Amino acid sequence: MIDPIFLAEAAVNGILLGGVLALLALGLNLIFGVIDIVWIAYVDLVMLCMYLVYFLVQVYGWPVWAGGLAAVALGAALGIAVHLLIISPILGSAPINQLLATGGLLFFLQSFATFLWTTDHRSVRLSLPSYDLGGIFLPLTRVIPFAISILALVALYLFLTRTFVGTAIRAVSQDREAMGLMGANPHRIYLVTSAVGGLMAGLAGALLIFLYSVHPFFGGQLGPLTFMICVLGGLGNMVGAFVASFIMSEIISIAGVLWSTEMGYVIAFVVFIVMIFVRPGGILARRG
Amino acid sequence: MRRALVPVLAALLALAPLVPMAGMKQYVLHVMIQILIWSFIGGAWSLMGRFGLVSLGHGAFLGLGAYATVLLWNFWAWSPWLGGAVAVVLTAILAAVVAYPCSRFQVVGHYFGLVTLAVGEVIRLLIIAERDWTGGSLGVSLKPVGSDSLWALQFADKRVFYYGALALWLAGLWVWHRVDRSMARSAMEAIGEDETAAASVGIHVTRFKIAITVLSAALTAVGGVAYAQYIAYVNPDTLAGIGVSLRIVFAVVLGGMYSLLGPAVGAALTIALSEWLRIAFGLKLIGMAETIYGFLLVVFIIFLPAGIVGSAGGLLRGGPRYGPPHPPELVAPRRSRGAPR
Amino acid sequence: MSLLELTGVTAGYGHFTALWDVGLRVERGEAVAVVGPNGAGKTTLLRVISGVLPVRAGTLTFDGAALAGRPAHEVVAHGVAHVPEGRRLFPTLTVADNLKMGAYLGRARKHYAETLARVYALFPVLAERRTQRAGSLSGGEQQMLAIGRALMSRPRLILLDEPSMGLAPVMVLRLFDLIRRVREEGYTILVVEQNVRQVLKLVDRAYLLEVGRIKMEGRAAELNDQDFVRKAYVGL
Repeated sequence: MIDPIFLAEAAVNGILLGGVLALLALGLNLIFGVIDIVWIAYVDLVMLCMYLVYFLVQVYGWPVWAGGLAAVALGAALGIAVHLLIISPILGSAPINQLLATGGLLFFLQSFATFLWTTDHRSVRLSLPSYDLGGIFLPLTRVIPFAISILALVALYLFLTRTFVGTAIRAVSQDREAMGLMGANPHRIYLVTSAVGGLMAGLAGALLIFLYSVHPFFGGQLGPLTFMICVLGGLGNMVGAFVASFIMSEIISIAGVLWSTEMGYVIAFVVFIVMIFVRPGGILARRG
Repeated sequence: MRRALVPVLAALLALAPLVPMAGMKQYVLHVMIQILIWSFIGGAWSLMGRFGLVSLGHGAFLGLGAYATVLLWNFWAWSPWLGGAVAVVLTAILAAVVAYPCSRFQVVGHYFGLVTLAVGEVIRLLIIAERDWTGGSLGVSLKPVGSDSLWALQFADKRVFYYGALALWLAGLWVWHRVDRSMARSAMEAIGEDETAAASVGIHVTRFKIAITVLSAALTAVGGVAYAQYIAYVNPDTLAGIGVSLRIVFAVVLGGMYSLLGPAVGAALTIALSEWLRIAFGLKLIGMAETIYGFLLVVFIIFLPAGIVGSAGGLLRGGPRYGPPHPPELVAPRRSRGAPR
Repeated sequence: MSLLELTGVTAGYGHFTALWDVGLRVERGEAVAVVGPNGAGKTTLLRVISGVLPVRAGTLTFDGAALAGRPAHEVVAHGVAHVPEGRRLFPTLTVADNLKMGAYLGRARKHYAETLARVYALFPVLAERRTQRAGSLSGGEQQMLAIGRALMSRPRLILLDEPSMGLAPVMVLRLFDLIRRVREEGYTILVVEQNVRQVLKLVDRAYLLEVGRIKMEGRAAELNDQDFVRKAYVGL
């Protein structure tokens, strides 16, 4: 029988992981809610930002906070670039083509990363203390990213509810045409949304590099999971994605401890499939 | 003229191994076998895709088909004919299990795509997780039987595989053609246009959706069996998961999702391109070939949205034939806009 | 020069043509109605004016500027506000946020506070419910919010698409009263309506649109007879 302490620790780790996953899920969801396109290559953008932090911090000795800021900036830039180069030209295409365009980007990014940096795993070594909370091991390398994620999510919330642009983004995701009738140029809003989505990817990358090692196919690990979290929460539903992030991260964490890491993902995905049948619109599906 | 196209093509392809190729024959046959098998698989996928059921998880069926056959042979010496039958049954069950709730609860569009993606990933991860008997990420090789054997579906001579693959591809074309001509096609198109309306005229929406999904999945599994037997090695990343699923979809859409030969054109193009890049770069600049491949895929999708067959046909007709944009479902049937409400 | 002028406008969806050779004008300060049976193309007409739907032929000038084929947000910037059919409010945004979105335009944002005060004065109910979600308002309140939102962009012409749709008869009377007050504030109005009797009491002139063509035009007082009303509902 498993020591309940391990289960408790897994539960706590699940929460810590959930915070960062929420960043990914909300970034992707934001873009989908507004532009109506799923960026299949979203987590590959995260991968690029992770590499940036790796090189700046581990190889060139930059301070961590500077590397992090650089990653955030790169993320925003990538978001804008992807929108202008790939999304804009296909806004009117059939949805399947839109999906394949970002899918092609996935292939491109993964191969390009392989070409540039080989398939070796890279990680950033940070020696930070851990705290012992009643027998549960709490490494700062996990707690700090969680705290930063939560702060970022609060900032996002404030942005979306208190600022003009943020409210406009929410409005567009509810009714694009009506927002056009308000005089809003949808393309400009898409651009801002893509920048914000990319920014979150950059931040997620800056945090994830301290939790995982990066390699060109990192997107294959967390990508499908991020999509699933978004769908589970209801595509476009920000609160739903937030909740779903923690549900999935808990399942992965606990099942991972009970069986194996892969089985953790398998169970999470199976739960996802079942949940979709039980609540096709997502767990917090809005009625009407 | 169109009616003669396929028999002529079949005849030409049948004669191909007889053409002298200055020592390159083995390689050419190798590439062509792959093209034929992937065309078959693409055709299987397009049975769903053309009706708006865009699956991003066909790797699940491919992987299930391939692994079931290989493992049953390796562990229990089950002939791949038998193993293949088991694989098809398992895949059909999986497809039905996924399709029934999807259909019943109206899981369509993006949601359907992502659910199928999850299924594909589940299979891939299961294969990796159960590494003790599946070999995990390293894959597993087909146990050689030592000599040519029809029972074990292993042959030393590529030509046997070539004709087998050709027959398989032609069989796939026949199935596509039968579905195209059947009531099912009209029913599925009606469902793709407006499910509620279709149901209201008595079309059994759930039954059709499940049927077409099961058919598509079963054929894909057969493709997986063929691939496994030919390559004699299986690996979760080449046969399951989002990577291979996307490649299948890409090839079909690039070739043209609504036509008989579209999947074949797409498979031929993507495989030829991939091979050419691989040779051009050789062992230098690892990853550059795939990078260019991905880049070209994106460019193609942006500039040739109707696929090659679609665009070529469009040029002859005076303009590509793809309908106006239609958010948010992942549906790309040809729609004609009716009167506004 | 008329504030709004359409000549020979033809437009449609895909293979389907919804409007044929439509011509109409709206003078500054006027209130004009477009009536007609279902499917006549009334909503299409407004969508063409506000730029949501492209024009296939004909001209569309607003205050001298050619607006045919301009995207919706440009048309709004010129001073045309469209209150769409079915209101099209942002359901989970609050009343205040919906109004805020109405003032998205730069020139509207500058006078945001002042315009907001005016709208709240016109529609006190909205002021009361400013933190309530738009989706939870009653039909009449939603219509008021939709009109208020359009006013936030400080338009010169307001397009109203079937404002009485889905409202109880008592609400309809109150609504038209409110529209009259908006009109008295100086706004020019073009309203598309099914409720011919009520709208003719509100406007100066009216057009009859049928199967995509303008079949009749005249001053409201003259048109307010049985014949016209019957034609408007049933068709010629």
